[in-house]
Amino acid sequence: MTESLLPVDAYLVESLPEVWFGVVLFALGMYVVLDGFDFGIGMLYATRTDEHERETFLAGFGPVWDANEVWLVAFGTMLLAAFPRVYSQLLADNYLLTIGFVLALLFRGLGPELREQRDDDQWRRYADYAFVGGSVFAPLLLGMLAGRWLFDSATLPVVLTGVGLVAVSVVTGAAFLASKTGPDLAAELRTYGIGATVAYLGGVVVLLGTVVLTDAGGAADTILSGPVAAVVALSVAAGVGGSLLARRGKYRAWLASALALPTLLTVLIALLLYPVIYPPTGLLVREAVVSPLALNLVTVLGLPVLIVVLWYFKFLYGVFSGPIKGEGYEG
Amino acid sequence: MSPTPVLTTLDPGVMAFLSAELASRMQFGWTISVHIIFASLSIGLAPFIIYFTWKDVRTNDDRYARLRSFWVKVFAVGFVMGTVTGIPMSFQFGTNFPQFSEVAGELIGGPLSFEAKMAFFLEAVFLGVLLYGRDRVRDRTYVLSSVLVGVGAWLSGFWILVVNAWMQTPRGYEMITRNGMEVAKLTDPFAAFLTPRMTWMYVHMMNASVISVALLVAGVSAYIIWKKPDTDAWNTALKLAVVLLVVSAPFQAVHGDAYGRHVEDTQPQKFAAMEAHYETGQADLHLLAFPKSASALTDPRAENLVTVSLPAVGSFLASGGDFNAEVIGLNEYEDNPPVALVFWSFRFMIGLGFLFIGLALWGGYLTYKERLSDNTRYLKAMIAASPLGYAALLTGWYVTEIGRQPWVIQGELKTSEAVSSTLTGTEATLTLVGFVVVYVGLILTALYILKWLVREELQALGVRESSDGRWHGPIPGVSDDD
Repeated sequence: MTESLLPVDAYLVESLPEVWFGVVLFALGMYVVLDGFDFGIGMLYATRTDEHERETFLAGFGPVWDANEVWLVAFGTMLLAAFPRVYSQLLADNYLLTIGFVLALLFRGLGPELREQRDDDQWRRYADYAFVGGSVFAPLLLGMLAGRWLFDSATLPVVLTGVGLVAVSVVTGAAFLASKTGPDLAAELRTYGIGATVAYLGGVVVLLGTVVLTDAGGAADTILSGPVAAVVALSVAAGVGGSLLARRGKYRAWLASALALPTLLTVLIALLLYPVIYPPTGLLVREAVVSPLALNLVTVLGLPVLIVVLWYFKFLYGVFSGPIKGEGYEG
Repeated sequence: MSPTPVLTTLDPGVMAFLSAELASRMQFGWTISVHIIFASLSIGLAPFIIYFTWKDVRTNDDRYARLRSFWVKVFAVGFVMGTVTGIPMSFQFGTNFPQFSEVAGELIGGPLSFEAKMAFFLEAVFLGVLLYGRDRVRDRTYVLSSVLVGVGAWLSGFWILVVNAWMQTPRGYEMITRNGMEVAKLTDPFAAFLTPRMTWMYVHMMNASVISVALLVAGVSAYIIWKKPDTDAWNTALKLAVVLLVVSAPFQAVHGDAYGRHVEDTQPQKFAAMEAHYETGQADLHLLAFPKSASALTDPRAENLVTVSLPAVGSFLASGGDFNAEVIGLNEYEDNPPVALVFWSFRFMIGLGFLFIGLALWGGYLTYKERLSDNTRYLKAMIAASPLGYAALLTGWYVTEIGRQPWVIQGELKTSEAVSSTLTGTEATLTLVGFVVVYVGLILTALYILKWLVREELQALGVRESSDGRWHGPIPGVSDDD
């Protein structure tokens, strides 16, 4: 019965495994971009002492973070569906890192929820610790997890990947908030955003330099190739251009170029991996992929839904576009 | 398989840790137990939210606005808790049971990814609209958002149960070797997704979620009515919950009975553990069982139990009509699940199920007599029963999951073979302790928030709270004699 609907012994298109490599990294990219600015909001929140400003930040975060976080689940489950061995090994090889990451996410999500429940300074302080701490550690540990994926156990590149993700999250968080708040607050956010941009770009250069020198994960050759050079050049252009736009008060344009940074970071990850999908064991995309019928099925049932999901996000961000209205976190 | 050592000693004589396998199983069991409460809260509450939102927008009746606002807040808390506890679940397949993920990847990866794409996104996106968008979208969009949130919750239940049902009655695959490992290759998606267990499980679980939430809504309503009688909104909520209970509680018993026969058919070992049936042969039906001695708690057997039994009816029910039918006993198997946990969980669930039917009938009678909200005894009973739906739901799942042991995929892969080979007992114990501490905190927080919401509601209804924390509402017309 299925054979008439879906080919069993051949992929729907010859390059379907590569397409799925792209789809899985696309989901990771969506997560890093969207939840990235949530993390940024959480970190920048720590710089605010004014209750009104804090509430404004939370009101910007409230309606979207939960939906953004689903991209992580989409990434994880699609990795399992298409490349089960990679999912298994990546997570089992990085046990404490992964558990630490999910717990950081837990505290990040819970903090604002708790904060609203009691009008008590001590209580709010603890809720804020959870929110800020989770927002720092989640991108740090996720970045380190990505570093372990790419560079195996080379300590410096792994840590730098973590720090890089923290920095880029601050950039996007600052740009997101600046585009949705008043000019005074935006000007302050701009300072943090530009500083983080410099740190991020510097970090990427040091990271890639280290990898070239040590050949961590066997990635040195890839880094010295044209596509990687192009991605780095585009990142520098987006970072510098964005900072200049921010200085001129063009915050929406700044947001657009800021969001290009984590997008390019994901492209960089894809370039560093392909055609390998798990560098610690040298496993190739074609070796790790599931059988044709299983992949054809997730393609036919799953990919159209992914397009609908993109429409939901367009709708969601449309509903909550423009300046942040109201205050506080109502969830 | 040689038995796994329970304790691995890190530093002899100083500190003992659980084995990686035991700690992983406890961690998965504990985290899923907490998660499932919140997940089923979303499923059960969804129909209430849709109904209240629809009535609110359509009638502009203050009653429904009040109920919508209150229960949407509860739903949101449940959803946040469900999200933050759900993400660790989606990673533990890999961190703790990588062999299972790799063996079953083709079969479970698809449904899990459909759950994320078809269900979680829908729920999360439109919950954002439901919580924050009342003034930003049109009425119709707002009602539609509530419906989509509900559809998301029920779809998520569908896909996750596709995965679980496959683990109970695996179909639609063949074993092949890939990268030097025996893995399951998908051969028939229809057979794999719609396994014999799937419909049983879906109906039973969705209905269990509805029962649990109906009890919760009834309990909260009863409490508020008890403190502040004649509150239109909460009288409506109580009545609605009782009506739902009248339908869902008896249905669960009828359905569960047939479900049991199906388990006997497809997982005889689990069925034998549910009945502590050791010798293959005719089986009695133990309607009620009480331990004669403490040993019966850990090792229930016919000889140490006082039972109210119907001789041979076990055979009759299991076979669907034959008193002499042979029921396979546990002695036939080399490696059995922890019988006591399965046996007592099963009885606990069934006992509660009958209690719910009793409460439903009592409530139905009072509704018929139009005395539902004035009967203090009933109100108190419903307050006491409000968390019990979840107790039944959890013990039901213990029967299902512990009863499947020693298998993680029935007949195909043992749990002991699925656990990570690189994981140490120390690491697993450490994270287990972490999850226990954090999740106990989560549960307390959720309860605290619920209490706070009720308190806020009572204040809004004008019930005064005195400095000693007691409520002083005028309580006319309510007495125990009603």
